[in-house]
Amino acid sequence: MANKLISQMGLPPSVANVFAARNILTAKDALSLPEFELMTLLGMGLDQVKSAVERISEITCPPYQTALSLMEDRVRLGGHLPTLLRGLDDALCGGIPFGALTELVGPSGIGKTQFCLKLSLLAALPSCYGGLNGRVIYIDTESKFSSRRMVEIGENSFPQIFQSEGMAQQMAGRIIVVRLTSLPEFTERLQQLKLTLIQHDVKLLVVDSMAALVSGGNDTRTAGPKQHLLRWPLSFLKSLAEFSRIPVVVTNQVRSQSSNEAFHYPFQGKEKDSSKNFERLESHLIAALGIQWAHAVTIRLVFEAYSGQKFIKVAKSPMSPARAFPFIVESSGISLLNDDGFKVMGREINTIRFQGHNILEQ
Amino acid sequence: MEIANLPISPSQRAKLLSAGYTTLTSLSAVSPFQLARDLNIALQEASDILKVMPEFTRSESLHGGNAILKGAQTAWDMLSEEQMQKHITTGCENLDTILGGGIHCKEVTEVGGVPGIGKTQLGIQLAVNVQIPVEYGGLHGKAVYIDTEGSFMVERAHQIAEGCIMDMLDKFRHHQKVILACQEQMQPNSFLANIFYFRICSYTEQIAVINYLGKFLAEQKDVKIIIIDSVTFHFRQDFDDLARRTRVLSGMSLELMKLAKTYNLAVVLLNQVTTKFTEGSFQLTLALGDSWSHACTNRVILYWNGNDRHAYIDKSPSLRSASAPFSVTSKGIRNATSQCKRVRMM
Repeated sequence: MANKLISQMGLPPSVANVFAARNILTAKDALSLPEFELMTLLGMGLDQVKSAVERISEITCPPYQTALSLMEDRVRLGGHLPTLLRGLDDALCGGIPFGALTELVGPSGIGKTQFCLKLSLLAALPSCYGGLNGRVIYIDTESKFSSRRMVEIGENSFPQIFQSEGMAQQMAGRIIVVRLTSLPEFTERLQQLKLTLIQHDVKLLVVDSMAALVSGGNDTRTAGPKQHLLRWPLSFLKSLAEFSRIPVVVTNQVRSQSSNEAFHYPFQGKEKDSSKNFERLESHLIAALGIQWAHAVTIRLVFEAYSGQKFIKVAKSPMSPARAFPFIVESSGISLLNDDGFKVMGREINTIRFQGHNILEQ
Repeated sequence: MEIANLPISPSQRAKLLSAGYTTLTSLSAVSPFQLARDLNIALQEASDILKVMPEFTRSESLHGGNAILKGAQTAWDMLSEEQMQKHITTGCENLDTILGGGIHCKEVTEVGGVPGIGKTQLGIQLAVNVQIPVEYGGLHGKAVYIDTEGSFMVERAHQIAEGCIMDMLDKFRHHQKVILACQEQMQPNSFLANIFYFRICSYTEQIAVINYLGKFLAEQKDVKIIIIDSVTFHFRQDFDDLARRTRVLSGMSLELMKLAKTYNLAVVLLNQVTTKFTEGSFQLTLALGDSWSHACTNRVILYWNGNDRHAYIDKSPSLRSASAPFSVTSKGIRNATSQCKRVRMM
């Protein structure tokens, strides 16, 4: 609604004409200027500008909903893509939520792509099998998508569907894979996607992986300057999710933590030096996309491994406490070893561990 | 005081300057007729200019008591008014203690912290707690929730409302009268019905909604809290001209401050954190820069201290800087479980 035209807002013609003459055409143009600057630019008095801004604001402002009607919508339209991992579904109140950005972060080879493949299948499955019966757009930036593996997962987890004639073809036909390598290309594609999503009944958007787009090349130094390139795609992905009410799943890589990144506030002082050293010995991994990105995702699932075991951890979620579930990767994809999981406390919620998987030692 | 600062149109300003009126004092002694003749403008316009002026000079000098100056208050009156005010509880007693009883009305409170620390949880909790009926010691207000990130989960709001109701009924179980009196209000759904939810998708909309709120609040009485989750997101994503961003942001915070004062409500802004390089190391700090940090009355930072979530009063004109543990449970924000009283004054 930011691009609504001022000329169509029912302002008095004399005022609307001045706006047009000064090339302030949309609500965005008008509202991103301070009132005082607007007065200077338009050559109008304070009262006139005020009432004009009031009018523009009123029209630009999206309508409100009460939380109750939101709840009713949610019940009516359905709001989750079940992962069929019972423990995880319970923790997330039913699965990957619609209209939000869900991030999977973890070291390479731990099973993020496996998880994405399974999710894609689930979204494509007919609703009688617990799926969403829709298409899936899978943006593959690392050329990791394997259709053979996907069909294998399908055959092993839903034998009754995949053994019937032509079903494997139909299911796999619903998953549209887009191979991209650069950020500009990605940005361009996203814009085209907006309409496609609605026209073709797309029920899931996967980006595997987001970090690869940014980190192409050497990323050992500051990630700062590159991060800002992601700002636009980030808010666009969020609005895509919101607007078409589908789940958007993105994956993120890890990188090692450089020694000068102290993550505490000035007021906390240096009291925890000893514990910090200890921590640094234990975990050197952090998510490749930095803190600004982490703020923007609604749900963050961390994939990690320690003491010979792999875990999925709900690290950030507005509806559930942090909880970790041990899992293994099987021929049918990811499955949880137990559905209860265990509670994770404090700093452990955000650490990403990766050790104990050395094959030579075993 | 210069003419250049008067909120009048540039053409009028140019006329004033060319007629020799450069300072406010030179305008103060002039009559509308004289001004109209000097500037060669209509009488109406001249008196409009003069009308702007006293308003403007008044805000310049806010000294003296209410009998002396209209629209002002003595410190004593302010104190007694403050003592009458009820605060919005956060659900965690320790946190309430360091906040001086809870979130204050008429003030802008900013809450920041790393992802996953519980900012949104606190936001939802406050939107629920503001509705606790007066009989139960609450404000019985309504809430406006402005969601810029899409992280408001209505299922969670329902859970928190249930938790809040359960605790209230438990606390007042010996007061049958109270329980009977507000049976109807104490339903999770009626709590949800009183949260007005705006979903914002760009910073333009964010500015628009804040400008529009004045009108909205005049229609919807009883709104006692405005929560913006988060104030940062869109401004951080797509604003290129940082100098202009600062000005737009300060305009926004003034507007919020005005709303808080006029409608006697609390404004809670949730903010993200960023890293800043100071004194040779990277440190965490709240986003939007230094000039923004002046925009709010109180600033609370949520952080991890070992395995506990803590809240720290970073800035407040009336509260000591202190920290207190809290926890996020399935019922919402509550006292930290491991230790009961560990409020630390600094």
